[in-house]
Amino acid sequence: MSDSSKISCTGVDVFYGGRLSRDEIDRRNAASAEGKRFSEVAALKKTQNVVHAIKDANIDIEDNLVTAFIGPSGCGKSTFLRCLNRMNDTIDGCVVDGNLLLDGQDIYAADIDPVQVRARVGMVFQKPNPFPKSIYDNVAYGPKIHGLARSRADFDEIVESSLTRAGLWDEVKDRLDKPGTGLSGGQQQRLCIARAISTQPEVLLMDEPCSALDPIATETIETLIEELGRKYCIVIVTHSMQQANRVSQRTAYFHLGEIVEYGTTNDIFTNPKDERTNGYISGRFG
Amino acid sequence: MIGSAALAILALVLVAYFSARSRAAALPVLEMHSRPTYHGAFTALWTAIAGYGVLIFGALITAIALQYSLYAALPADAAALAEIERDLIVQDGIAIARGALSSRTGPMREAVAETFSTYSSLRGWLLFIASVGAAVWAGLRCYRKIAPGFRARNRTEQVVSWILISAAGIAILTTLGIVLSLTGQTFRFFGDVGITNFLFGTHWSPLSGVHEGTMDSAKVGAIPLFAGTLLITAIAMVVAVPVGLLAAIYLSDYASPRFRSVAKPLLELLAGIPTVVYGFFAAIVVAPFFKGVGESIGLTVSSESALAAGVVMGIMIIPFISSLSDDVINAVPQSLRDGALGLGATRAETMRNVVLPAALPGIVSAVLLGVSRAIGETMIVVMAAGQAANLTGNPLEAVTTVTVQIVALITGDTEASTAAGPAFSLGFTLFCVTLTFNIIALRLVNKYRERYD
Repeated sequence: MSDSSKISCTGVDVFYGGRLSRDEIDRRNAASAEGKRFSEVAALKKTQNVVHAIKDANIDIEDNLVTAFIGPSGCGKSTFLRCLNRMNDTIDGCVVDGNLLLDGQDIYAADIDPVQVRARVGMVFQKPNPFPKSIYDNVAYGPKIHGLARSRADFDEIVESSLTRAGLWDEVKDRLDKPGTGLSGGQQQRLCIARAISTQPEVLLMDEPCSALDPIATETIETLIEELGRKYCIVIVTHSMQQANRVSQRTAYFHLGEIVEYGTTNDIFTNPKDERTNGYISGRFG
Repeated sequence: MIGSAALAILALVLVAYFSARSRAAALPVLEMHSRPTYHGAFTALWTAIAGYGVLIFGALITAIALQYSLYAALPADAAALAEIERDLIVQDGIAIARGALSSRTGPMREAVAETFSTYSSLRGWLLFIASVGAAVWAGLRCYRKIAPGFRARNRTEQVVSWILISAAGIAILTTLGIVLSLTGQTFRFFGDVGITNFLFGTHWSPLSGVHEGTMDSAKVGAIPLFAGTLLITAIAMVVAVPVGLLAAIYLSDYASPRFRSVAKPLLELLAGIPTVVYGFFAAIVVAPFFKGVGESIGLTVSSESALAAGVVMGIMIIPFISSLSDDVINAVPQSLRDGALGLGATRAETMRNVVLPAALPGIVSAVLLGVSRAIGETMIVVMAAGQAANLTGNPLEAVTTVTVQIVALITGDTEASTAAGPAFSLGFTLFCVTLTFNIIALRLVNKYRERYD
């Protein structure tokens, strides 16, 4: 693990469709603290109907950079992204194994609360999902539940600065009390970004944030990602290779649940070392 | 004859469908506007509409005409008899004609019987010929229309949409009819006893000392009944809303899928228990239990109490609220939950601040449905809360409700025409109260709902 890496993953496996309940998995996770945490992994690999979604993934994600995950559909990039803030915990039968360190701390350790992890690692989803509340309340909700502000003035300041950084302030400052669901798709997605950065997360995960948007809204959001990337550790999953090329400094290529190649974006796109990466970026498949 | 006419038309409909379909199928496929099944359906629909339409309307009209001719057949000296006497003679005549037992026999009755048997067989044949003829005529007309350019699909869809409209219309008109039939009796009763005596009086025993005729206007105060209804409904909702809602939250977001698949049907099973079973459960188990517990801590509990009825009614309503709320909570998109969880909200915060507000309109409708059930419920109250019209806010005493008093009025041995007045008035007032209540609740929901789509 190099000094600049924010997230360090070694030997990560993800399975879907296991029979074990979440509580059972948590219990066994806690029971085997060392090494391969989940003792059933070997058994799971052989079990029928269990999908081995991520196979032995190793990656160091660096701070203050934008890292892009690319790869064909179903290759596991979104699954892996959701491991980074333990969002996979909400999916029944999903088992995550291996070491995922955030600032050197194992986020799947027994004494770690996933809620805490998610407060530090924010997320923006593929489809804009503003809460059915006013624009103001959408942004103020995170700071409210984490106790980041007390007075109305503090909240006003957080809402304004978050919306400004998300490039939405000028468009909505006169209608902060209108429902967030009434905005256009691109505005909704920027509202979701404002909501995600309002709690000052250290990492921002973005799962195909532009796939539901038109080119103009996409450009606005890409500019935003570039700006935010100087301050945050951003991980973005995208289907658009041009987008990965434009916004990211590091790129990882996923193929059938494996991280095939990981390096600087420039290297991946101009000088891919693996034949599968080359095939994908030159458009032969995927 | 009417039965065989109906069967014959059914056979004609089937013949029309298959022959029209095969005729259309024989035409060149690429030139056809509509698929052969639509030609078949169009022909069959019109055959059925014409046949059954003539049959039903014809049967109604000829039934009236037959009745009229029977009274006309009575000999002249029958005009001196009372109306009820003449009715009896006609009924006996019909019975004789059918070979059934009549109360008496006599020349007048024989005359009616003869007229009846002549006309009714004539009527049967007329109906048969007219309705089958109409079906054949309509079927042939449609059959001849079959051609590549004939827009059978559009025409069929048009007919189907009329059928749908009339189905919706029947539902609405029936409701209107019920309300209108309530108003007539209600206003007559209000005129007799005075509307303020009914709405604001506090003493209810309308039938004491009355068998027919007008009631004592001092004894028709409905306030105790509405107070009792309100008290029992409130107790039921205090039980049902928290339990039902919390159960729904647990089932939708906390329970494992396997537990949910077992627990939800079990909970819905509660809704399938007949209310009369709940009623004697309340009267025989719950009410004595409350009485025992109350007396052991020094309270006076009547053996029939609002509390027992309300609690059992609440248990009965739990599955309505939990099952419907569970459905609406499940309908809140997962993406909203993901959004809140991804922000570092706990599951409880996600539920409280995001999912429940989004599901609120549906939850309120579930609660409203529960309230309507509670207001309309009769059996449990009859058995467990008593029939005494006490005006009290104490849940440990016996109270009665509007519905229970309606039952008591209608099933009692008072003249139906006398008992109908207060019964209809109670029904109408209850209808107005629940309607107002529903309108207000829906307005509130629309004002505060948080749309998520």
